[in-house]
Amino acid sequence: MIVTRMGDGSFIKMSEEEVKADIEAGVEDAVKRGKIEPLTAAEIDYLVDICCRPQKFVSVQQGNELILTYDSGTLKITRLGIPIGMPQIMQIYERAFAADTLELAYVHYSFKPIKMIVPEEQYAVAETSLVTTAPLFYGAMPNLPLYTQPDGPCPNAAELLPAGKIAEARAAQEEAVEYAVKDMVFVGSGVYEAGADGIDFDTTAAAGDAEFQATLLACEQLRAKYPDMAIEIGMAGEFVLGFHGQLEYDGVRLAGLYPHQQVKLAEKAGASIFGAVVNTNSSRTFPWNLGRAVTFCKACVEAAKIPVHANVGMGVGAVPLVMTPPIDCVSRASTAMAEVGKLDGL
Amino acid sequence: MALTHMHASGMGGIRTAGDLVARMQMSKKMRLNEAKAYVAGKLKISVADLSDEVIMNEVRQDLDIATVYGGMGEQSRGIEAKFRIAKLLDLEINSVSRFLRKTEWR
Repeated sequence: MIVTRMGDGSFIKMSEEEVKADIEAGVEDAVKRGKIEPLTAAEIDYLVDICCRPQKFVSVQQGNELILTYDSGTLKITRLGIPIGMPQIMQIYERAFAADTLELAYVHYSFKPIKMIVPEEQYAVAETSLVTTAPLFYGAMPNLPLYTQPDGPCPNAAELLPAGKIAEARAAQEEAVEYAVKDMVFVGSGVYEAGADGIDFDTTAAAGDAEFQATLLACEQLRAKYPDMAIEIGMAGEFVLGFHGQLEYDGVRLAGLYPHQQVKLAEKAGASIFGAVVNTNSSRTFPWNLGRAVTFCKACVEAAKIPVHANVGMGVGAVPLVMTPPIDCVSRASTAMAEVGKLDGL
Repeated sequence: MALTHMHASGMGGIRTAGDLVARMQMSKKMRLNEAKAYVAGKLKISVADLSDEVIMNEVRQDLDIATVYGGMGEQSRGIEAKFRIAKLLDLEINSVSRFLRKTEWR
């Protein structure tokens, strides 16, 4: 029997036939939802092989390595309660963790609170850029809900919608988009002027289509302002929620887009790297989630002209939805994304 | 998790040529294989050598573009290495350009 896990992280045992059947079912689910091509029989067999290997840790073959970017890299150390400064954390990532790229991030990981402390963040960026060699991102979340009452200036769409005030809810989101774009461009400009190589918009569209539109508009403005700036748009989920429902970018309705469609808009907005996300279903098995995630990501890679870095972490990219992602699943997802999904990075 | 990915599929950062390939993705929007080929060409090594820690450590020492032991001896480190990388890869690096502006070298 094969030992694997559920999407909630618990161990289960399956036969090889059951593993293959679940991978095929995951592939089929992605095909049906995304209206995309399935994996080939050979690719499915390779995923079965990855899932069924007895080793705890699985890796790519020599030569199949890819590039790693890190959402909120700095905070991964801060959260462990290790009290060291951001430049030192970046040095550890570079020289001890063998990171291909670095990402500075403030503990309040959203553009709205960061705009108040941009001078301090610029200091950290400038200091870090002097003592590190690897390319340096500054990352934060667009986080549109922070612009709604009582935390922000705009009426709260989440309160207006249940009250049946659809037009008011839409107007509130459109107002929030304007605030968010200004903050993202302000912070992005600040950290780039201080010496960062680029900006990472992390968990884009967590609040739905309005947040996706805000991020694309901010990306467009930053690209016009800084032609050489690296801009990564990393998504929050596989499917853009239609919380507004009517918003568009470049004539394309944003609600309901899947990764292979999202990446085309990121390209038009001027992004350098697109971060595809496929959510993990905690009630399904790891093989089911792996088949599904790789199918979506492969379709995105094939549609893209820019590098695609899949998000493969807690609850995304087939990794179980737990705080301590198990190495057996992470290493298998990492390998599958590189060798079957043909990702440019993770 | 970062360490698991690094071991499973990562290029290896400045242990290898990971940072250099990443720069081509970030600055020129190059896809993975194109970026690897470009960097290998500039370094005059094979694509397979890019993720070999042994070869790349020597290559990085020879080119003086920083290794994980960047603090030791006479090696370039940090911004010093980035000056050399910008020239090597024929690339604008933002922090290098800023350094030049601030020191009025450009």
